[in-house]
Amino acid sequence: MSLPLLLFFACAAAAVAGAIMLIVAREPIHSALALILVMVSLAVLYLLLGAEFIAAVQVIVYAGAIMVLFVFVIMLLNAGAEERTHWSKIAPWAGLPLAFFLLLCLAHFLGHSAIGRTIANGSGAPNTAVSTRALSEMLFRDYLFPFEATSILILIAILGALVLAKRDE
Amino acid sequence: MEFVAQFIAQHPIMVVSLVKIAVLLFIVMTALAYLTWFERKVVAHIQSRWGPYYVGAHGLLQPLADGLKFLFKEDITLPTSDRFVYILSPFLALTLALAAIALIPFGPPSVAVCGQPVYVIANVDISLLFVFAITSIGVYGVALAGWSSNSKYPLLGGLRSSAQMISYEVSLTLSVIGVVLMAGTLNFNSIIEAQRGYWHIHSIPFFPHWNFIPQIVGFLCYLTAAIAETNRIPFDLPEGETELVAGFHTEYSSFKFAMFFMAEYANMITVSCLATILFFGGWLSPFPDSWTWTFYLPGVGLLALGAYCLYDAIVGMRGLHRIQLGVVTALALGMGALCLLPQVRPLIEGPFWFTAKMGAFLFFYVWTRGTLPRFRYDQLMSFGWKLLLPVSLANLVVTSFVILLRHG
Repeated sequence: MSLPLLLFFACAAAAVAGAIMLIVAREPIHSALALILVMVSLAVLYLLLGAEFIAAVQVIVYAGAIMVLFVFVIMLLNAGAEERTHWSKIAPWAGLPLAFFLLLCLAHFLGHSAIGRTIANGSGAPNTAVSTRALSEMLFRDYLFPFEATSILILIAILGALVLAKRDE
Repeated sequence: MEFVAQFIAQHPIMVVSLVKIAVLLFIVMTALAYLTWFERKVVAHIQSRWGPYYVGAHGLLQPLADGLKFLFKEDITLPTSDRFVYILSPFLALTLALAAIALIPFGPPSVAVCGQPVYVIANVDISLLFVFAITSIGVYGVALAGWSSNSKYPLLGGLRSSAQMISYEVSLTLSVIGVVLMAGTLNFNSIIEAQRGYWHIHSIPFFPHWNFIPQIVGFLCYLTAAIAETNRIPFDLPEGETELVAGFHTEYSSFKFAMFFMAEYANMITVSCLATILFFGGWLSPFPDSWTWTFYLPGVGLLALGAYCLYDAIVGMRGLHRIQLGVVTALALGMGALCLLPQVRPLIEGPFWFTAKMGAFLFFYVWTRGTLPRFRYDQLMSFGWKLLLPVSLANLVVTSFVILLRHG
């Protein structure tokens, strides 16, 4: 077994385990930690696909900025352990088969998509290795208008948050 | 044995990388230990004291004694703490701090074994972003240590430090983008190569072509934000002992505390390395290439150090200390003679200048600690958001305008 494949399975397992931990954990901080684990393992998966920039940005933005704010707020509020509810009676009968069905559907359609076919043909994953320069040219030249529109959207969102959070007047 | 030989033949890159990691880890750990000695000595002399003096000549064995003491102390874990996170956080802090050093090029990539550059472990295209990615998750070590201790001072310290690190990370990243714009790349080696050359006044070499001069504003912002990012005086509010006992690591003892301590010093090293690479030409020599006599400086410097140690051993020391200083003398003289050999000189030059510049920054760090008082918390926050951030943003805008005007 080659090293990239080994790394892929390790990180995929870590991501899935983290996602399950995120739901199961009772302490909010443990959930946040599990989410960080998911994000970092996803970053390694991007790295394995050759998308260095996306991997670095994934860690900086999600694990390094957004999750730090999450952890910060949880610490500030000093949130205690969550209370457990009784297990739902419908979940094992309807939920589990439905979830399994959804998984089957996803597997089926992914298997018949363009990416799935190229992998099945043995030609490996499509070449997603994009250099940072190519990515920036795409963002700032080819898709400049949508990019700027998004930034204005984010600015408006920040203004909205400020207005909502302001208490004076 | 056959399996090992086969593995080495099949994966030369991995074997070379593992060896590099082992060697660098050893060097960095030793450097961390002696950085504590260096800091104590310099601060002591600033305050007219002697500093560590009795364990070994000039206290040179003090780091070893401290390390042993940490190892043999009782390891206390609070019963009320969140055990898993409590144990996880020092590991997180130290491993992340050490991982960032893997991306630092200590010498030119032209020195290579098996096609792999010797002086850097991972030479990736976007090394700068990777370092920022690693340091940005370094906050968790401190924040989680504060939370998991389940005690009020650590919690306050952890909160302060996460707020401080988030605030100053923004200015830290923005202050560096000017350099990236000038070099047009995120790779450390290319950024250093872009700083090769000299400014001349009437064809007399005046100053090396380092980013320090055109990016002086960015450099000052970086320096300030870097001190805050590593939680050092005057920005050491997360562990201000007069207010918070020891901040986030109050409830840690024994080697877990030592791990936080080492993580802090490793972060200092990383930040100094970044300053060297981005603003002071990394492993480039500060002298023009035409001055051939400067090639002998590393060897001559080490020989001078050896000569001073020899003088001190004979005049100032006696007994065991004289023997210890004699060993240091022999090492320095031997290394100095080795560095003068024409075969070794080109290999040693890059790392020598890199370490010299980095050492200057580390000295600056210690110097600030010995000189400046601590900020108040509201001063810290308003300084970061109201002064540092706008200035680094303005620097970014001006730099991009100048580059645009020049290259059209």
